[in-house]
Amino acid sequence: MTGILVYSEDLDLQLQLLSKGRELSNNLAAKLYALVIGSNVEGHVASVLNYSDAVITIENKSLEHYDVELYKIGVVEAVKRVNPDVILIGATKFGKELAARTAAALDAGCMTECISLNIDKEGNLLAERLIYGGSSIALEKSRRKPHIAVISKNIFKRLEPSTKVAEVLRLDTDHPKSKVQILEKREKSKSDTGLEEASIIVAAGRGFKKKEDLDLLRELSSILGSKIGCTRPISADNGWLDEWIGISGKKVKPRLYIAFGISGTIQHAAGIRGSQIIVSVNQDEAAGIFEISDYGILGDLYTILPALIKVLKKVKKTES
Amino acid sequence: MIISDWKVRDVDEIWRLCDLVKIVVLVKDIPDLTDIKIGQDRRPILVSVKRKINDLDKRALESAVQLKEKYGGEVVTLSLGDEKTRTTILDALSSGADSAYIINDKELIGLDALTTAKVLSFALKKLAPFDLVLCGEMSLDTLSSQIGARIAEILNISQVMYARRIDLVGNKIKVERELEYCEEVVEAELPAIVSVIREINEPRIPSLMNIMKAKRKPVIEWDSKTLGLSVEELKKLSAIEILDVKAPLVERKRIMIKGETPEEVAEKLVEALRSEGVLRDLQ
Repeated sequence: MTGILVYSEDLDLQLQLLSKGRELSNNLAAKLYALVIGSNVEGHVASVLNYSDAVITIENKSLEHYDVELYKIGVVEAVKRVNPDVILIGATKFGKELAARTAAALDAGCMTECISLNIDKEGNLLAERLIYGGSSIALEKSRRKPHIAVISKNIFKRLEPSTKVAEVLRLDTDHPKSKVQILEKREKSKSDTGLEEASIIVAAGRGFKKKEDLDLLRELSSILGSKIGCTRPISADNGWLDEWIGISGKKVKPRLYIAFGISGTIQHAAGIRGSQIIVSVNQDEAAGIFEISDYGILGDLYTILPALIKVLKKVKKTES
Repeated sequence: MIISDWKVRDVDEIWRLCDLVKIVVLVKDIPDLTDIKIGQDRRPILVSVKRKINDLDKRALESAVQLKEKYGGEVVTLSLGDEKTRTTILDALSSGADSAYIINDKELIGLDALTTAKVLSFALKKLAPFDLVLCGEMSLDTLSSQIGARIAEILNISQVMYARRIDLVGNKIKVERELEYCEEVVEAELPAIVSVIREINEPRIPSLMNIMKAKRKPVIEWDSKTLGLSVEELKKLSAIEILDVKAPLVERKRIMIKGETPEEVAEKLVEALRSEGVLRDLQ
């Protein structure tokens, strides 16, 4: 019997990939394996029991940190044990380096940033993936097993858990001392901005001149009950907000996305392509964002934004 | 396992006290993404598109040059490219690289990540001994972000990805790196391969004098023969095939909302959004 092996240290993402894995496993008549690796895996294992046929656990004190060299040994051991046709790995930063490292160890191919997965008649894995900064989609075929695909969050939907409970297979692995040692680790303040789940997002680009001006956006956001997003320069360069939206940041799919002062680089566009309606406000007639918008307003965000706040307040008042 | 069954050399063999000997920067020249137009058939048109060095690789180069300025040694670039790479690579030589190695072989164009990493590892073997290999966290054209990690595995050297700061401490490299959940400061044995993120630095703008000097710096071209590679074996090993590339269908309405005053524009927008049904929380 063939198998599909699914790994992500991010539980939500792993459940989404297991849900997709379930669909593929039905096509392939394959067994669905969830792989859990770490120094304390109990909670994670419990959460995937109803999403897989078997859970492979690798628990070891040396796996406390995300050390790619040591985790790779775990994934390779699991692959040797169950010999899967398909391996799905969550595209977190760590997942990406782990997938590539594991693929090299297995002399296997690997497809990253996949946005769709299918099995062809010969049993090969087909994937669509974003390329050219996200402006194009390549259709690729993995023609040798194991087929490895790396997938971001929110590409596939998480299904309801099954009533069937998976068996648990514990693997003992040896992990030699890593060539990389951790000196310091700072957990990031879990600033879960909820962008990935938001139904409305208002977002800031370089059209904003000062950090304080984001208060305007916050006011609009509180009226709409939305989340606030931004482009990479606003977050990574200016440090005004914690997370950005784009190919290298969060990928969002709200029903309404309003972009203020965002030029619309292809990297940013790739992060918002799943939005139902896109609105953009920009001073530059030639801004690329208008090309990918449903509604565009050519104008200064510093006049449009206050006007929009005023109008929405009025609407809300007359209707409440 | 014909190709993967070797290591460059043991880590102990390269043991050294403090000074750096050689930093190799992996530099990919990619199409200028802002220059790519989409044709009638929805396929991207790449023929006349300008090429430039992948932005993240430029930042890796800047890090290498800064390390060299601090600790000495030499900075060389390594690219898997073609004829055009000769021109693109001048930018790296102007920005502080001492010499450039280009693998220029028609047979080696369009390889997948698996085989690309093998070829680059062969070339790195030829460039050894080195202390450090630097590269961008991904190339912005193919977005595959695999090469660094694959090379670490093939050469059995330390792997540290997503660096936002790099320094040398004794005979080890100290790196600040960033994941979604945490920031880490790690120490890695040399030789190591380190990938950098955009925030690591702003690459310098080369002076006119350095641009002139760059033209006299050595550019060495290699092909599969010089590297002792069997093209046939590589092609057999390749696992991923690209079947098609198309721009996604953008089905957006592209309606421009106009009005005499900002208020009028805002009112029209709110009206439009309400009829789309996307303002239902407000309704």
